[in-house]
Amino acid sequence: MENKEAYPANDAAQDVKDSSRRNFIKQSTLLTAVALTPGTAIKAAADHIDEQIAAVFEKMPLKMQVNGKTQNLSVEPRATLLDILREQLDLTGTKKGCDHGQCGACTVHVDGHRINSCLTLGVMMNGRKITTIEGLANGNQLHPMQEAFIKHDGFQCGYCTPGQIMSAVACIREGHANSEHEIREYMSGNICRCGAYPNIVNAIQEVKDGGMAV
Amino acid sequence: MKTAINKTMPSSAEGMSRVDGRLKVTGAAKYSAEYTPKGLTYGVLAGSTITKGNIIAIDTKAAERAPGVLAVITHLNAPKVPGDQPEKGKAADAKGALKVFYDDKIYYNGQPVAIVVADTFERALFAASLVKAQYKTEKHITSLPDNRDKGFPPRGEGTYKRGTEDAWKLAPFKVEQEYIVPTVTHNPMELHAIIANWDTDNKLTVWDKTQGVKDTQGDLAHLFKLPKENVQVHSQFVGGAFGSALRTWPHEVAAILAAKVVKRPVKVVLSRADMFTSVGYRPFTWQKIGIGATADGKLTGITHEAAGQTSSYENFTEGPTGVSQSLYACPNVNTKYHLVALDIATPTWMRGPGEATGAFALESALDELSYQLKLDPVELRLRNYAQTDPGSGKPFSSKFLNEAYQLGSDHIGWKDRKQEPGTVKQNGWYVGYGMGGGMFGAYRAGATIRAKFNADGTLLLQSAVSDIGPGTGTAMVLIAAEQLGIPAEKIRFELGDSSLPNAPTQGGSATTASVGSAVYKACADLKEKFQKLAGNGATNNPDYTKILKDSGLPSLEVVSETDGGNGMQKYAMNSWSVHFVKVLVNAATGVVKIDKVACVSDCGKVISPKTARSQVIGGAIGGLGMALMEESIIDHRYGRYINNNFADYHVPVNADIPQIDALFVNKPDPIINPMGAKGMAEIALIGMAAAVANAVYNASGKRVRDLPITPDKVMA
Ligand code: FES
Ligand code: FES
Repeated sequence: MENKEAYPANDAAQDVKDSSRRNFIKQSTLLTAVALTPGTAIKAAADHIDEQIAAVFEKMPLKMQVNGKTQNLSVEPRATLLDILREQLDLTGTKKGCDHGQCGACTVHVDGHRINSCLTLGVMMNGRKITTIEGLANGNQLHPMQEAFIKHDGFQCGYCTPGQIMSAVACIREGHANSEHEIREYMSGNICRCGAYPNIVNAIQEVKDGGMAV
Repeated sequence: MKTAINKTMPSSAEGMSRVDGRLKVTGAAKYSAEYTPKGLTYGVLAGSTITKGNIIAIDTKAAERAPGVLAVITHLNAPKVPGDQPEKGKAADAKGALKVFYDDKIYYNGQPVAIVVADTFERALFAASLVKAQYKTEKHITSLPDNRDKGFPPRGEGTYKRGTEDAWKLAPFKVEQEYIVPTVTHNPMELHAIIANWDTDNKLTVWDKTQGVKDTQGDLAHLFKLPKENVQVHSQFVGGAFGSALRTWPHEVAAILAAKVVKRPVKVVLSRADMFTSVGYRPFTWQKIGIGATADGKLTGITHEAAGQTSSYENFTEGPTGVSQSLYACPNVNTKYHLVALDIATPTWMRGPGEATGAFALESALDELSYQLKLDPVELRLRNYAQTDPGSGKPFSSKFLNEAYQLGSDHIGWKDRKQEPGTVKQNGWYVGYGMGGGMFGAYRAGATIRAKFNADGTLLLQSAVSDIGPGTGTAMVLIAAEQLGIPAEKIRFELGDSSLPNAPTQGGSATTASVGSAVYKACADLKEKFQKLAGNGATNNPDYTKILKDSGLPSLEVVSETDGGNGMQKYAMNSWSVHFVKVLVNAATGVVKIDKVACVSDCGKVISPKTARSQVIGGAIGGLGMALMEESIIDHRYGRYINNNFADYHVPVNADIPQIDALFVNKPDPIINPMGAKGMAEIALIGMAAAVANAVYNASGKRVRDLPITPDKVMA
């Protein structure tokens, strides 16, 4: 990570993990970095604003491109890309179905590759290009995969759909859509509880066979 | 109807596409957790780590001191829920819905003991992990098979008898077997979620995952003693539910309490693990069937016993034995249904509630009988075909199940099935065919539609109904387009908002029949109003915009109400289905592969072919999951689910599922409503598990009576 020195050293981080935040604030050499005198820090602790100060230190800058737009953010290291997209950027098209990398609802593209955004910490995305379902269409012109999903009814409730579509586009790009069987295998990381699988396969095959650019 | 299909099996591309499809494929469809009222905060629940007992102490200090935390709420400091308090002078009800943060009692593992509210999700989640409760534990019971002797009949129901009891025992051909349907969890992809906000001290707004905004509004008004109109419920998009959002759950009340405490909007999204304990499930059910027939395959008697689990604090009942009472003509039927109260959360209706459980047992037993009789299972069913309702003697409003049998067997290639099991083997896989069917009441409830025709030629239809995925808006638009003779693109259907006109909760396969009837009537009323306005000479499909222009009106509006119809007084009304399955069973590993599926629905007239087809396929896949892999497993030593995630609780994935053929008899029911449309959601699943079990037997000679049919059971 580039700006390593700007963040708490490992031992300080350990304190945080131990939940002794007051001690962390009082002892941390980082206090000097904000020109906070020990006296002020003690007062801060007494006023219960120590936790708020700690919170500031715990945030890290994150610069990433999302759907073509550069985002300069300040995020907690524990925040997942999924939660950053949904809660901070209000890009709620990317869905949370499990938060454990088990359902695919949170699939987005990072530099063109599909990943589970719930298994990805935001801070790992510095300098990366993220595409979410909101960025797939070209303005009002839907992506061929979106059109095909509508045509073949590749969904019912629509909740798994953004993840399915992002996965489907990647599936073709990866060269893993050469047969119905292969599509099924390579789309099996995306659960659809409504059971739209046959329609999803039909949609992907149509796009693949149509030879459209994805 | 022009819009209806004219062939029995539409393709995925046929018919009108969903009216909300574009919103769904672009990520613009907003589900309950995706609204951002000003000052939004995040609530995370902490659950009990014991299964039965009392909280003796709860340490919230660390959580309260964690950064960003605004409140930690437990039974010790929660505001009272007025509707949870016993009425003055009356004792508290002995049983009822779980009252969240009400007292120190623990009824099940994972029961919410605290909610932590913080300014970000991460902070709330972390702080919730710091809440530490101490308990006094009591001995719990969570296993139904170990406690079946504690069964009791549900109030007012439970037993049924016609003819002679246990008549099957005297038959020359008979089967007596036990069947198990384990706990199965709805697990819609969208986690249950609510955003709650108190607009004022006595005005509440929620964005909530619910199958019925009006019911939720009523529940919340009752619980918080508010006038109904002071509770606004939004549920515009629902990411699946299958029954799990049919009632108001503790996490919803917890969020509302939390919002009261922090005086800001609070969002609560359940974790996937919570989804196993907090929003119901299909209850573990033990069943025993005794069934007998004469040598020519005439049923002489059925005895069907069932014991389903419920919680210790609430009785949940469904109707697993109903299929044995009504699916076949049989003179002697007796059934018994018991509940067993366990230290678990209350179950709830899950797609094809009761019927799906019962049909697995009955349709398996019938298959077993067919092998004894050396009679084709379809033929056995035809020999016992009920022409009138066996229970009430009433005529059916419509029944074309015999045509469904024919369509399905032709389509799957039933003639290739060998009556002798385990005799066809190809490349190391046994090949077999099976079938199973079911029925579900064709219900219809009252509904109201507001319809407004605008000068620009557009029509707005409004109803409070939810759409959990079947495509309600799409079907309603198609009905209106047909009735008014205007293009579907001109029609918009607004739903999922408690301030809109009344609609029943989306459940029991009744939405199209109910709300569709109101749409139909609204269109007729609107047309009449236009014709009156136009005066003499108005044609059947008048030029609406011209009439408005000539009359100088900006729009014309009607509010039309329909009731539930009175068909059920004279008729037995049901939808019917039959599923045909071809399976491959690996001779070396016992793995079952679904090779081909044909589902035939007799659900009246099909309104929207594209979405109807998807709904049938979706139900079939739910049934395949129930058959082959789904089971929520409790470690009974601790009373806790051990597979409460998608890695360990398997649902079908794409690789498990072949193309599924959805066929429709597509003949209108003349009684239910003017469209002739009956429900199809439940029948799409009911009977599927038996069809698979029967096919596995036909392929391998192995009869599996306890679901799911996993390889170990096939090899055992
Ligand atoms: S939410 Fe990321 S895989 Fe399920
Ligand atoms: S469309 Fe509902 S989960 Fe896939």
